Amino acid sequence: MRRAGGFYAQLAFCALVCAFLIVPVILSVSAGLTVNFLQGVKSGLTLRWIGAVWSLYSDTISLSLLVALACLGATLLLGVPAAYVLAKRQTRWTRLAEELLVLPVAVPGLATALALILLYGGFRGFRTSWVFILVGHVLFTLPFMVRSVLAVLSSIDLKTLEEGAASLGASFAQRFFGVVLPNCRSGILAGALMVVTLSIGEFNITWMLHTPLTKTLPIGLADSYASMRLEIGSAYTIVFFLMIVPLLLLLQRFAGERR
Amino acid sequence: MRRAETPRLLLLIAPAAAVFAAFWLLPMARLAAIAGGGPLGLAAYGAVIANPRYLQSLIATILLAAAVTGATLIIAGVAGLFLARNRFPARGLLVAMLTLPLAFPGVVVGFMVIMLAGRQGLIGEIVFRLSGSRPVFAYSMAGLFLGYLYFSIPRVILTVMAAAEKLDPALEEAARSLGAGHWRVMRDVIVPGLAPALVSSGAICFATAMGAFGTAFKLATNIDVLAMTIYTEFTLNANLAMAASLSLVLGLVTWLVLALARSVAGAGVAAAA
Repeated sequence: MRRAGGFYAQLAFCALVCAFLIVPVILSVSAGLTVNFLQGVKSGLTLRWIGAVWSLYSDTISLSLLVALACLGATLLLGVPAAYVLAKRQTRWTRLAEELLVLPVAVPGLATALALILLYGGFRGFRTSWVFILVGHVLFTLPFMVRSVLAVLSSIDLKTLEEGAASLGASFAQRFFGVVLPNCRSGILAGALMVVTLSIGEFNITWMLHTPLTKTLPIGLADSYASMRLEIGSAYTIVFFLMIVPLLLLLQRFAGERR
Repeated sequence: MRRAETPRLLLLIAPAAAVFAAFWLLPMARLAAIAGGGPLGLAAYGAVIANPRYLQSLIATILLAAAVTGATLIIAGVAGLFLARNRFPARGLLVAMLTLPLAFPGVVVGFMVIMLAGRQGLIGEIVFRLSGSRPVFAYSMAGLFLGYLYFSIPRVILTVMAAAEKLDPALEEAARSLGAGHWRVMRDVIVPGLAPALVSSGAICFATAMGAFGTAFKLATNIDVLAMTIYTEFTLNANLAMAASLSLVLGLVTWLVLALARSVAGAGVAAAA
């Protein structure tokens, strides 16, 4: 195939944009693995900084995983039934519910976090536990689970499937678990990936909600950027990339398959 | 059958509704009440406009968000259109890399900007080798612009690619067969076809830039963008009423932009991550 001249100009442009996004990632990964970033790679490669991150911040990593999994559980329990209802009924009220549900994503996280602190900050036990962070994460990620499941449910003929099962004598529970859920599996899976990815990376809400004893990974990152040497911040960023990049690649593959 | 089903459906949506009401609607109502109940009363909302510092911060934030949105639409529009319409080796890799930063938190994006434009940054190093002076702009408005661009581009590229793949190639062929040149086709067929996607992703981009906190937190210690102003009022000045009314104004502006875009571009304008 003959390429027009414009093709290479546009390709070069894309490569440039790509460099803008990827070069800093490569720089920070290399900074986290070199003995002295100022002197460059010739000062030698080391895993010392990664080790330092592990001893300083391993609790933030486990807390992030805990919050992400709990958030996943909560959004599954709350979001999948809600999406089912929204798919079954399209009235003024369900549209309003859909609209409202997205607000915590549309409105800046700072406002949501501030509101949570103002109303519940007085309950010390709640305020200082990791569940307080979980609440923020659930508000922020729930719309993604609902929308992902709703998209699949709206694309299949739910009514006929359910009526068929009902005419064969299936109870509601049998229909829900045996027909509805298996049919929206792909939506649930995509939603779950999205929820975990977003929860692990959430900063805007979490920064306001965290306490010195409840720090998630991005909070620890901000902390290390501010108070540790560049190499440790970079090594910590590597750890974060190792957690989030596989999830992002899975999400990309998923989106590609569905298209 | 429908009537008998209603209680069951209500029961299924009740948990989500309860959590949402308890942890978002109620707190937000409280936030609004506190904003109106400070020493200034409802005038606290007016203070956002009347106080030059808050007004300046609001204007700077809106200008920054608008500039980022414009630049992102152009960059992501060109790149997204190209990637959707051409097939070549390594295209998949390019797309994967362009959309990778999608879920990077704001602080990490700030750190990426420091890698590029900070004191030990790459741009400074290159310019130093060439000219002997070392520009450091990570902590200025330019650095903030770069950071917002960084997290906006991947999102808009995805939307543009999806929309470009749905364009009907027959329209373009018809225009060409009628003698339209390259730019004419671009202006009269492709851009109008992409318009809804551009409006909706532009609105999301603007809203995200308005409220972006993490990147500003990392880079804008000396710049008054609204998110930082709110944070300072809350933590340093303990001015709850002001922080509350500022964040409500911020929330209202972003919500309005999204609602406006939806009425222009139709459904599908929902907030993104």
